[in-house]
Amino acid sequence: MISLKINGSQHDLDVDADMPLLWAIRDVLNMTGTKYGCGIAQCGACTVHLDGQPVRSCQTQVGDAAGHEITTIEGVGGKVAKAVQAAWQDLDVVQCGYCQSGQIMSAIGLLSQTPKPTDADIESAMDGNVCRCATYPRIRAAIHDAAAKLA
Amino acid sequence: MYSKTQSAPIGASAPIGESAPIGTAETAPSRRDILKLSAAGALVLGVVLRGGKSFAEEAPGGGKALLAVPGDTPRPNAFVHIAADDTVTVIVKHLDKGQGVTTGLPTIVAEELDADWSQMRFAFAPADAQLYNNLAFGPVQGTGGSTSVANSWNQLRKAGAAARAMLIAAAVDAWKVPATEVTIEKGVLRHKSGKSARFGELAEAAARQPVPMDVHTKDPKDFRLIGTSFHRIDHIEKTDGTARYALDIRRPGMLTAVMQRPERFGATVKSVDDAAARAVKGVVDVVTVPQGVAVLAENTWAARQGRDALKIAWDDSKAEMRSSAEMLADYRSAAQSQGALALKSGDAEQALKSSGKVVKAEFVFPYLAHAPMEPLNCTVEKAADGSYDFYAGSQFQTIEQAVAAATLGVTPDKVRIHTVWAGGSFGRRATPNGDYFAEAAAIMAKTDGKRPVHLVYTREDDIKGGRYRPMFFHAIEAALDPKGGVAAWKHRLVGQSFMKGTAFEPVMFKGGVDSTAVEGVADMPYAVPNLLVDWHDAPSPVSTLWWRSVGHSHTAQAVEVMIDDLAHAAGQDPVAFRIAMLKDHPRHVGVLKLAAEKAGFGETLPAGRGRGIAVHESFNTFVAMVADVTVKGTAVKVDRLVIAVDCGIAINPDIIRAQMSGGAGYGLGAALRNKITFDKGVVEQANFDSYEPLRMSDMPVVEVHIVPSQEPPTGVGEPGVPPVAPAVSNAVFAATGKRLRSLPFDFDSLGNA
Repeated sequence: MISLKINGSQHDLDVDADMPLLWAIRDVLNMTGTKYGCGIAQCGACTVHLDGQPVRSCQTQVGDAAGHEITTIEGVGGKVAKAVQAAWQDLDVVQCGYCQSGQIMSAIGLLSQTPKPTDADIESAMDGNVCRCATYPRIRAAIHDAAAKLA
Repeated sequence: MYSKTQSAPIGASAPIGESAPIGTAETAPSRRDILKLSAAGALVLGVVLRGGKSFAEEAPGGGKALLAVPGDTPRPNAFVHIAADDTVTVIVKHLDKGQGVTTGLPTIVAEELDADWSQMRFAFAPADAQLYNNLAFGPVQGTGGSTSVANSWNQLRKAGAAARAMLIAAAVDAWKVPATEVTIEKGVLRHKSGKSARFGELAEAAARQPVPMDVHTKDPKDFRLIGTSFHRIDHIEKTDGTARYALDIRRPGMLTAVMQRPERFGATVKSVDDAAARAVKGVVDVVTVPQGVAVLAENTWAARQGRDALKIAWDDSKAEMRSSAEMLADYRSAAQSQGALALKSGDAEQALKSSGKVVKAEFVFPYLAHAPMEPLNCTVEKAADGSYDFYAGSQFQTIEQAVAAATLGVTPDKVRIHTVWAGGSFGRRATPNGDYFAEAAAIMAKTDGKRPVHLVYTREDDIKGGRYRPMFFHAIEAALDPKGGVAAWKHRLVGQSFMKGTAFEPVMFKGGVDSTAVEGVADMPYAVPNLLVDWHDAPSPVSTLWWRSVGHSHTAQAVEVMIDDLAHAAGQDPVAFRIAMLKDHPRHVGVLKLAAEKAGFGETLPAGRGRGIAVHESFNTFVAMVADVTVKGTAVKVDRLVIAVDCGIAINPDIIRAQMSGGAGYGLGAALRNKITFDKGVVEQANFDSYEPLRMSDMPVVEVHIVPSQEPPTGVGEPGVPPVAPAVSNAVFAATGKRLRSLPFDFDSLGNA
């Protein structure tokens, strides 16, 4: 039995310690806001926060996540998260939307560390998040927009 | 200005269709365009399209009919549902995979109704080819060919206008005032006496009104919503994690199935040793189906581990065994002889001999995977009465319903399809054989049916799983006319037909030629007096399919780079050279001029920078692009794209801009580095490390300009793809004097002397 703290709640899971956190969240706990895209940390769709830091849940084993604060798209809150989600909505960033949970989790991570990111900062933080609809220009604009509103 | 709208919950997608008995028309269908449908306490309206009326007649210039509409008895289509709580739900018969039809189609209804955008909702239609067929596909419900808005335009305008007329009639009854004195604005009916009512208050009374024999749709000058930009209907649920995609479907007791397919296309299962797979914790069953071997487990991780533990012997006797280089050699060999004739006007062979300057070029295009962000998946659940429910990002409902029914041994009416959000498709979810539905159904058929089955593809399954954009080889010879323009153009294509052997073949083959293989070449807009286009099929067990913009994904590159080559050979400006040959094509000229002007085409740029242009029509939408590039040695950065589009009436300019930008990004990613290659029949790529999509740092600045138009609206999902590769290629030529013809671009070749 492994105990995970996700979005402030404790969950006991009967899974092996080497199960990727992604599948524990999606298939065992049925929290489906976090997405599967590649399984090898190449697309960022599965991004969650571990103690506030963005990580790829497909490459994080549940055994290693135990004892940490895990936050998913369903549980994000606070000033930065609200500003990021509002900017995404204001600019109508989404198309298919499938990657956007991960994009938003990465963007929150970026703005929490770097409140006034440059274009280069944004590229460096967001290049690991793939969007096949290529919504990148709006993602970039939304991050700048959120940063401006938070300043 | 219009904010915080939300779509109906996904769970409501079927119930709307189910709660309203949509098949029971109250009036004889043959005389009316609009039908009232019974539903307690609500106004539900449908539109009848008379049997035999083709999409082309319904929406002139709006599209090409793929299949003939049979002259069967017309039935009502339930599209508009006005409820007592003031919500207006539009039944969307198309899949929304990001292109925004769940916003665009309700906009058409809201416009005619004079509804407020905040009261609009949508629900995906159930699978019903009679009610919800794509008018461009004939008797088939499906989404593709950038037809969603074009084929729904008149249908939904009529439904909205009829509902509006009936609401006014209800107000007239209640208020005892003349109809001409009742106005509607933002979902509220008003009379100068001060009387007012919301839609919900009048819905029931409106439902009792006679249905208008004919309805008057708005004059475009009176549009209030169309042409303005407001929030997408899905902008909130897709940013807070609540949007439910097919991969998010969770049914009680559901098993997850991961399948091992053969590593070579055309191979079949010879024998299976599943002992190790069955020993994996969480694995419940292993079944062999015609498509491969499926491991069923309590969760995806266990199913994957079980799949990895399978030991399968394959029969490769009918499999593709060639490597990519051998395939290309075969294509080149085929190109030595004339293929099936797609177009012959004048005498290109003779003109090439007698003309002056001749330009020859070859283009090679690779197989491409669609790689939508959400991998293919499908859930099937058996109901107590022996019927089945499927949950998927269903794109070809009619075909998928038929295939699933046949596989499960039931009639199609025993298969219900619940369409949910799809995380991209780019063509992949629409297959002529309903491939992944057939797999899910085959797996279900091998179980006792007691637990729902969710078939999921891993990313590796997606990249290696076929249904690729076919590989293509183009050989072109063209001669300049000394008086200007092009005297002759001989164009030979070699590439696999994915229409052959499908239900689409009779319609899509013209004179022995697959029209999707040669579209964009055989119908090129340029005035070339001697034109010869022919094509060789290149059969292979490798499965292929339309890929966002279909044939145009390669033909635009061949034609627009060749035209640029010819302009250069003629010593002419690329824009002026094109315009001189586009006398009968004002919409091509319109976008070409707009893009050129907005981009500053023709300005002198510093060394190492280049600007290139391309124009292409696909799916009745006209797009020109100007690309700016910076070249340093063999490193090329695309700095900016200026896009001009003419798609008729611009229903939602913001979504059009998004689709143009997104389409260009999709095409650019493939042009920069994507290819599927084979080593002795085995695909060499597996995931996003070896088939790397466009990333943010690759994405140029994008500007989109929309040509004002009163023409009927046409699609925008695909037409942003074709011009991007040639615009970039022509920009690299402008910077370096070197041609990059084949895709993906061989930037290393820029280092060669």
